[in-house]
Amino acid sequence: MPKVVVDVMPKPEILDPQGKAVLGALPRLGFDGVVDVRQGKRFELEVAGEVTDAVLAQVHEMAGTLLSNPVIENFTVHVDDAVADTPEVVA
Amino acid sequence: MKVGVVTFPGSLDDVDAQRAVRIGGHEAVALWHGDHDLRGVDAVVLPGGFSYGDYLRCGAISRFSPVMTEVIEAAGKGMPVLGICNGFQILCESHLLPGALIRNDHRKFACRDQRLSIDNVATPWTAAYTEGQEVTIVLKNGEGGFVADAETLDRIEGEGQVVARYLGDNPNGSMRAIAGVANERGNVVGLMPHPEHAVEDLTGAGTDGLGFFTSLAAAAFA
Repeated sequence: MPKVVVDVMPKPEILDPQGKAVLGALPRLGFDGVVDVRQGKRFELEVAGEVTDAVLAQVHEMAGTLLSNPVIENFTVHVDDAVADTPEVVA
Repeated sequence: MKVGVVTFPGSLDDVDAQRAVRIGGHEAVALWHGDHDLRGVDAVVLPGGFSYGDYLRCGAISRFSPVMTEVIEAAGKGMPVLGICNGFQILCESHLLPGALIRNDHRKFACRDQRLSIDNVATPWTAAYTEGQEVTIVLKNGEGGFVADAETLDRIEGEGQVVARYLGDNPNGSMRAIAGVANERGNVVGLMPHPEHAVEDLTGAGTDGLGFFTSLAAAAFA
């Protein structure tokens, strides 16, 4: 089943207190060199049938209506057809 | 007046809001999030709490509940709507009010008696106050930071849509210390502090919040 992925991120000018909390925790754990962290959300939408332009247009509408708040967040949409068909590569 | 108080799954302050409505001299009408009509009410209060568990974003799911379709339509026709705390978040998610509410900048839940100034007394919810009046009302929120882009902030300040501001230390990182805003028409008001918890001497910091509920009558007869 193909997946359409919607990534939602707080707009650059919007304060991200959760990202700041993660940024603060990293050096305490000995991870150095990270200068900023922004935390967002990832939605994986399994769709029935082929991912047509009409389906993508609908996903864009969902993303702008419900999945993100355009006042404070930006979103991107991409198709992830590798997810379902190939076995997971374990590192 | 008949004032509807909506209960969503996860609302906490609906009963306090109903009580405040009655102490303010009105009839409180319980509305349910699944209702498809507003039962003939003259005004609506969206109470505080964690509707739908704050899933996705605070107020994001509630905004699409059946009763909100009715509330949005009625608000468009001029019905007074007051959103308190989570209700404020729902009104912002509904785009009935400008801006949005994000997690407090200090990342901790804030719970305190908060001093405010009431800066717009031309709304049906604030007509009982005098402009610039200082009041103390309970504030309790984890995601009460009011944000909007600079252009929107300039516009709402210029149009007098800022209803209340925090005095003293900014309790949650709200831009320009904004505690409450109104829509352009003034009938829809969102407020992060809880006036329904400040209506009786017996509990809380005093009765400074009562004006939000007595204002309705003053506005009706104005």
